[in-house]
Amino acid sequence: MAKVLVVDDSNSIRDMVSFTLKSAGYQTVEAKDGLDGLAKAKTGSFDLVISDVNMPNMDGITLCGELRKLPNFQFTPILMLTTESSTDMKMRGKSAGATGWLVKPFNPEKLLATIKRVVR
Amino acid sequence: MSVDLSQFIPSFLEESFEGLELMEASLLNLEAGDHETIHSIFRAAHSIKGGAGTFGFDSVTEFTHLVETLLDEMRDGRREVDPKDVEILLNSVDCMRILIEAARDKADYDKDKVTENTHQLEETLANVLSGEVTADIQDPDDAQNSSKKTYHIIFIPNHDLAKPGNDPLFLFGALADLGELTTEALTKELPALSDICPQELYLSWHLTLISDSSLEEVKEIFEWVEDECELTITQSEASNIVAEPEIETTAAPSEENTEIVTEKPVEIEEANTPPVKEQLPEVAKEQIKSKTKGKGDVGSIRVGVDKVDNLINLVGELVITQSMLSELGSDFQMDKIDRLNSGLEQLLQNTKELQESVMRIRMLPISFAFNRFPRLVHDLANKTGKAMELIIKGEQTELDKTVMEQIGDPLVHLVRNAADHGIENADVRVANGKPEMGTISLDAYHQGGNIVIEISDDGAGINRDKVFSKAVEKGIIDPNSTLTDPQVFDLLFEPGFSTADEVTDISGRGVGMDVVKRNIQALGGRIQVESTMGEGSCFKVNLPLTLAILDGQLVKVGSETYIIPLISIVESLQVDDGLVNRVSGDMALYRLRDENVPILPVYQLFGLSTEHTKINNALLVVVEADGQKVGLMVDHLLAQQQVVIKSLKENYQQVIGISGATILGDGSVAMILDIPGMIQMAMGHAQQKRHLSHHHDTEQPTNGIKELH
Repeated sequence: MAKVLVVDDSNSIRDMVSFTLKSAGYQTVEAKDGLDGLAKAKTGSFDLVISDVNMPNMDGITLCGELRKLPNFQFTPILMLTTESSTDMKMRGKSAGATGWLVKPFNPEKLLATIKRVVR
Repeated sequence: MSVDLSQFIPSFLEESFEGLELMEASLLNLEAGDHETIHSIFRAAHSIKGGAGTFGFDSVTEFTHLVETLLDEMRDGRREVDPKDVEILLNSVDCMRILIEAARDKADYDKDKVTENTHQLEETLANVLSGEVTADIQDPDDAQNSSKKTYHIIFIPNHDLAKPGNDPLFLFGALADLGELTTEALTKELPALSDICPQELYLSWHLTLISDSSLEEVKEIFEWVEDECELTITQSEASNIVAEPEIETTAAPSEENTEIVTEKPVEIEEANTPPVKEQLPEVAKEQIKSKTKGKGDVGSIRVGVDKVDNLINLVGELVITQSMLSELGSDFQMDKIDRLNSGLEQLLQNTKELQESVMRIRMLPISFAFNRFPRLVHDLANKTGKAMELIIKGEQTELDKTVMEQIGDPLVHLVRNAADHGIENADVRVANGKPEMGTISLDAYHQGGNIVIEISDDGAGINRDKVFSKAVEKGIIDPNSTLTDPQVFDLLFEPGFSTADEVTDISGRGVGMDVVKRNIQALGGRIQVESTMGEGSCFKVNLPLTLAILDGQLVKVGSETYIIPLISIVESLQVDDGLVNRVSGDMALYRLRDENVPILPVYQLFGLSTEHTKINNALLVVVEADGQKVGLMVDHLLAQQQVVIKSLKENYQQVIGISGATILGDGSVAMILDIPGMIQMAMGHAQQKRHLSHHHDTEQPTNGIKELH
């Protein structure tokens, strides 16, 4: 069972992502911002990280960069969950080491279909 | 598979309203160059937009998009923060609230306001939006072509494709979900085993997909890797035959090294591909809290995890105590009495801690109630044209949620009053040597078991003579009465009293201060006024921390047990006859240090019969309310204990002098004394005797109490 770290400062989005993943059989761990995400990430290994971009304390791009420095996360897919589909944002994500991005509004079926590109 | 997310709507709504409050508060404090604040406003709008989109609240999404665009401009420094834009954004917050509420209630909303605000936003953003026209155009891929198409995909990943977490196998898995996939791995570049770097990719693939998906959908699968690979996708025309993959089109360089894999590429490939992913160490299965909440329309509280953890710990301890006691009870002998006692002691402790812990869950910082005031004062300043600022202190002071919800409106009324009647116009202030900017302060702090909320202003103060003459005019008081300042200010709370020379639309809309006082009293609280002409006024609201539980002193009068709220008790003493002063009528006064405290025999007040009627050596419980001390004469002092308050009003009717009832350990009912009410009763008695003019009917409630017993 793949284990996913879900990082979002919005409780409802985080709950929904987590709920969607769990209903598809994934195991999830939730974090409420980048700092929290980084702390949770250090507690173990994950098969996938889904993170919001705009968050207080530590944004998703920074989190991504920090995660890539951890040995456990060098090859872990990291997806940015964002409403900002601009090329600029994607490039920033990519250069920080993000694997891909998911564009909000969040759609559960789409999420499940999309993450299959990086995790089973 | 379909996932129903409607259960998350309540939490989205709750979060959105919090977000709006944050936006509002931040906008009011926004200063140019304050990037962190702009960021947090942007984030709030952004989350609302994201959530609204998910639930199909399109009106919210569209409107918020405009708001977000304006905020984005500010965030990136492309636009200066100017007061006009802040005003537009504040109005936008209102509109977002209207739209979200409408979406929640599936109801209509004030379209004019929203349209007007939309225009304002569009006007402000005119130059930005014109450049964005094409951004929202939908992909024209909905021309669903049901016929199957064949795609030939040449996928040559860079060696480091796996580095940011990509794995070709998963991509192929996703492709396989679209239709029938044939994969062909080209191993030409595979170096000798000794030269293989396990973190790099050496394979490339030729894929054939037969699917009814559009080219866009197929391309989308590779969306994240397009910069890390060479990708060619060609589409064969109208091939609706499920054909053999056309191998000859493959630029397969070395046939002998080519493997053809059909279906389930994931498992088969695994053995042959270099390990693209580091093996993830197996970690202990982490217990994950279930977050599926069955939220309905009932109000919810967001509680800190520490509070819940604490509660769980306590329940754990309770369970241990319980098992210890039941083990003891299963084979009890008198020699184990010590253990029984200590067990019961422990149970008492657990229960107490559990109770405190549960009460803490209902406690929220008063900032929830204070949040709306910066905006209110901002608007009031605009409306009245007076310069004023709001200072909030003690917003972390915790208060029971129910009390908080009900104190909001009275506080709004008091703040409106301060702005409207208290703060003077700037010219008047300057003429009086005050700073031009008026100040309204909100302060909250704990005092004893109560919370005190102060609403003060540095305005004109209350004109005592004006209040007095108005009260005479309205027939509330006798022109000849002599009243102290606090008594005069109390007149403000009489029904039908309003000192404003003219009724403005800010305060004085018919809801008087009497309602404010009534609401506060209904919460078991009280309100006091202090005011100095020319310097300002202060309204002090005293509220109990919680409505459910009270620390009480049990006292015995005749055959009845009463409970005196511990917070009202100053001290208890035995009467020394030498200090009793029988000045007027039968109201005796007791000399307590520098003060003369009226002695109220409770048996007389409630019409009970008792042997203890002599004042000499009697037990006196000195209590204080509204700045007035009285000594309640009782027969015996019993234990102190916490009691659960049962409303008399709900179960019977309101009775003067009694604030509620409780059930004692032995099952009997005891009345909880309402000290302010009792003082009023006693004063009523005294005044009745002196003047015969007052109309406090004390007989009725006395009967009421008797009937209940």
